[in-house]
Amino acid sequence: MTKLPAASEKKLGLVIDLDICVGCHACVISCKGWNTENYGAPLSDMDAYGENPVGSFLNRIHSFEVQPDDGPAQSVHFPKSCLHCETAPCVTVCPTGASYKRAEDGIVLVNEEACIGCGLCAWACPYGAREMDQAEGVMKKCTLCVDRIYNENLAAEDQIPACVRTCPTGARHFGDFGDPDSAVSQLVAARESVDLMPEQGTKPVNKYLLPRIKDRWLDQPEADDMLPAVAEEPEGFLKWLDKALEKL
Amino acid sequence: MGGAFWEFGQPDWDNTKLFMLFGVAEDHDSNPIKMGIGKLKQRGARIIGVNPVRSGYNAVADDWIGITPGTDGLLILALVHCLMAAGKIDLDYLSRWTNAPLLLNDDPDSPDYGLFLRDAEGNKLVIDKKTGQSARWDAKGVRPDLNGQLQRDGITHRTVMARLAAKYLDPAYAPEQVAERCGLQAGQIRKLAADLARTAFDEAIEIKQSWTDFRGETHQRMVGRPVSFHAMRGISAHANGFQTCRALHLLQILLGAVEVPGGFRFKPPYPKPVSAHPKPHCKVTPGAPLDGPHLGYVQGPEDLCLKEDGSPARIDKAYSWENPMSAHGLMHMVISNAYAGDPYPVDVLFMYMANMSWNSSMNSGGVMDMLTARDEEGNYVIPKIIYSDAYSSEMVAYADLILPDTTYLERHDCISLLDRPISEADAAADAIRWPVMEPDRDVRGFQSVLCDLGARLGLQGFVKEDGSQKYADYADYITHHERRPGIGPLAGWRGKKGQKSGRGEINEDQLKAYRDNGSFFAAHIPQEALYFKPWNQAYQEWAVEIGLYDAPQFYLFDLWSEPLRRFQLAAEGHGTRQPPDHLRARIKTQLDPLPIWYPPDSADETAYPYHALTQRPMAMYHSWGTQNAWLRQIHGQNPLYLPDAIWQEKGFAEGDWAEVRSPHGSITVPVARMAGLNSRTVWTWNAIGKRKGAWALDENAPEASKGFLLNHLIHELLPPKGDGLRWANSDPVTGQAAWFDLRVAIAKTDPPAEAQPVFPAQKSPVGRGPQDLRQQSRPSKAGER
Repeated sequence: MTKLPAASEKKLGLVIDLDICVGCHACVISCKGWNTENYGAPLSDMDAYGENPVGSFLNRIHSFEVQPDDGPAQSVHFPKSCLHCETAPCVTVCPTGASYKRAEDGIVLVNEEACIGCGLCAWACPYGAREMDQAEGVMKKCTLCVDRIYNENLAAEDQIPACVRTCPTGARHFGDFGDPDSAVSQLVAARESVDLMPEQGTKPVNKYLLPRIKDRWLDQPEADDMLPAVAEEPEGFLKWLDKALEKL
Repeated sequence: MGGAFWEFGQPDWDNTKLFMLFGVAEDHDSNPIKMGIGKLKQRGARIIGVNPVRSGYNAVADDWIGITPGTDGLLILALVHCLMAAGKIDLDYLSRWTNAPLLLNDDPDSPDYGLFLRDAEGNKLVIDKKTGQSARWDAKGVRPDLNGQLQRDGITHRTVMARLAAKYLDPAYAPEQVAERCGLQAGQIRKLAADLARTAFDEAIEIKQSWTDFRGETHQRMVGRPVSFHAMRGISAHANGFQTCRALHLLQILLGAVEVPGGFRFKPPYPKPVSAHPKPHCKVTPGAPLDGPHLGYVQGPEDLCLKEDGSPARIDKAYSWENPMSAHGLMHMVISNAYAGDPYPVDVLFMYMANMSWNSSMNSGGVMDMLTARDEEGNYVIPKIIYSDAYSSEMVAYADLILPDTTYLERHDCISLLDRPISEADAAADAIRWPVMEPDRDVRGFQSVLCDLGARLGLQGFVKEDGSQKYADYADYITHHERRPGIGPLAGWRGKKGQKSGRGEINEDQLKAYRDNGSFFAAHIPQEALYFKPWNQAYQEWAVEIGLYDAPQFYLFDLWSEPLRRFQLAAEGHGTRQPPDHLRARIKTQLDPLPIWYPPDSADETAYPYHALTQRPMAMYHSWGTQNAWLRQIHGQNPLYLPDAIWQEKGFAEGDWAEVRSPHGSITVPVARMAGLNSRTVWTWNAIGKRKGAWALDENAPEASKGFLLNHLIHELLPPKGDGLRWANSDPVTGQAAWFDLRVAIAKTDPPAEAQPVFPAQKSPVGRGPQDLRQQSRPSKAGER
């Protein structure tokens, strides 16, 4: 229904480092703070102080536990937002052209004036990255802070997505994946990284860096000569001490 | 050691190679720690998390040690044992910068047993390795001998180092003896000790930077041990918390890893020796101010806050024999003590932003009863309550007078070097908040209210000579108050034209200067003063110059705490100020001048086999407004997380509920499974559960129907011992509330309609929050529907 542009040269997106994310949700709140104020309708919260509060968020964190065959369980904090896919099914499914991918930088956006709130795009997205705003009746999604990254009225350090700007651990990075020399491309090349659900053929631009292997110290054998004793009891220790002090 | 973790020190994030994080609650010094952890991860430094719960920072730790709560001190002292036995300690560091070489009276029959040998002028003494003679610890050119001995007046004096050897080489501290109790294996502890030793000594780093110490010796380089530690509430909120923190500092110091490159570094205004702090004051004179600061550091029985009959002078019993070194006071005991009239009743209870009828109290239900209890004549036992809060918290309903506060966005605040500033290890820094919006309701910033109230009461310091109000509001106070001449709440842009840093005259435009600079000020420490701060002449001169103190404060790290020994001596019968007999035994054993470990709780392990903990969610870091519409969608309810062992043993399934019992009470709550958890420990998020009617939430909000507090299971007193005395659930040294000593039993149960217990709904003084929100500042579609 809506057509995708020819593959863009510039492919803007995020790298999210799952080895570093501590799950603090700062990116979730800064995203909502920026985006309720800017692109399109505000991000509503229905029944905000009631029994079943439900609001629109463009970025959420899911927490998982992973249980290895042996060794302790691990926790993974997994931030999720639109992946700005190269073959975005949310675009091609849109009946009005409201959901579109930009030719110039690959950002996937919703033109809220043209959105009829049918919700097809959310069904088509295999990642669950789109949310229907219950108050406005239009589809909301990550804009990659298109109103920050090109906004030259902002200080240079603020011309990046709000989630990247705010992440205290530095787990989020923004850049051009179309440029193999960009910092994000280099980062992805240097570390073990994955596309989410590549079998879906969506070719996501956003990448995830995998957690490094944990608890390796448990596999190391305990060597007998690891910490040879200089003394077993206080008198012997003090004799060793006198000798050691002579060498200082 | 003259400084602490929390906001007062940090690992050398740029240089450390191994970082061990103990028991963090994930909500303090939050962003600096996250930034630091990010730095370590990005350059591949190793992070070891020691915490019963693998969430948050422990989730990203390379290695996780799911320790049994309250046993951190045992693990640490086992590491100390291994390192000492292997001689893997920094002898040069210990001899120069710590009290390890100081001479102690070693005669058990002497009234000064365990106190330092001093010269006629009161200077502590060491044996100088160069001459073999005794010398002042700080004399020019002295090289203290760690194994010196001296006979004087028939009494043998030996070093603190000899005491350390005698204590920690004891096989009782060997890994095999402690591992099971810690929930670990002995081999793991030995591996850990070996890793610490290797990193500290085989991978030592150095910075080519000369510096001069207080003995006048100039060092050409700064040698560093790149192992660092951080710890927080997880280890301190136990009845053995103080000694556990000391044990950790001992470990750091034995490795030579404090105030060195790659180690742990203080943030200004720290380091600061105990002697540079004020002592607590308690002399009340009608019509006059207290005779000095009400908080401070005691150095012996003579500094306690006692009445003439020896009973506690303060309502919270801080600085009494029950908890002599209670430098923070005991907020958790105030209501309980006032209700019991122990040590005395009160007329007025005045509180700011402390939700004591709910999540800020132990025994929340009991506290509710205390706040409303009446005597035989029908009068309230606590007659008047004044309370200030920005929100309609559970405490508001109990107040006779409410002072509605602003939010942080609507008032001035000052994050001061006189209190808990935003400093980093490289710089002294402070900050302000300033109002970015006008309040749309009848509220006033609490600090401004204090300026008003102080003047109305005619309090010295808040009135001019003619009796009129001195400070119009808090902004006026921040600008014009001086603690000492030239030293005020803010260090930046002092002097009439804003040209001075640290010290200087009042600057009428100081707040504007802060706003223009992004609301903060930073004074960077000179290169040669960046490390070895307690002993570094350049640092001390810089600290004096910017007004952290008025004269250099060189000192040694206290491995042996003489103040603790003074309390022990009193308990042994020495001196005129004597503890009550029922406290003697515990002062003798638990106020040990060297770090020790003892079981933090005495609950019956068969009846209550599990430990129960809480932590604040990072998403709500420092957010008093936990009812916030966005945050409550992230954490709107809090299951009790159970480890696999309990989950399987009790046959729990998803959606189940459990009855949780402690010696004090019972709650019934929803449960969830978590594998990354110590097998004997359960936990939940703190301060999510709300009372119906509070916080302008719907009475059916999940916070009030499924959310819950563990507080109902924790009493502020230990179970009665049959002696008629009220034993506080606190650390016997500091009075720190022992929140994490909770032990529970757990049973699967039929789900009730709501989490139990349920309290009657409170009447909201502010109504209910709006139905739907569409938050946007722009006038177009903005606002609430």
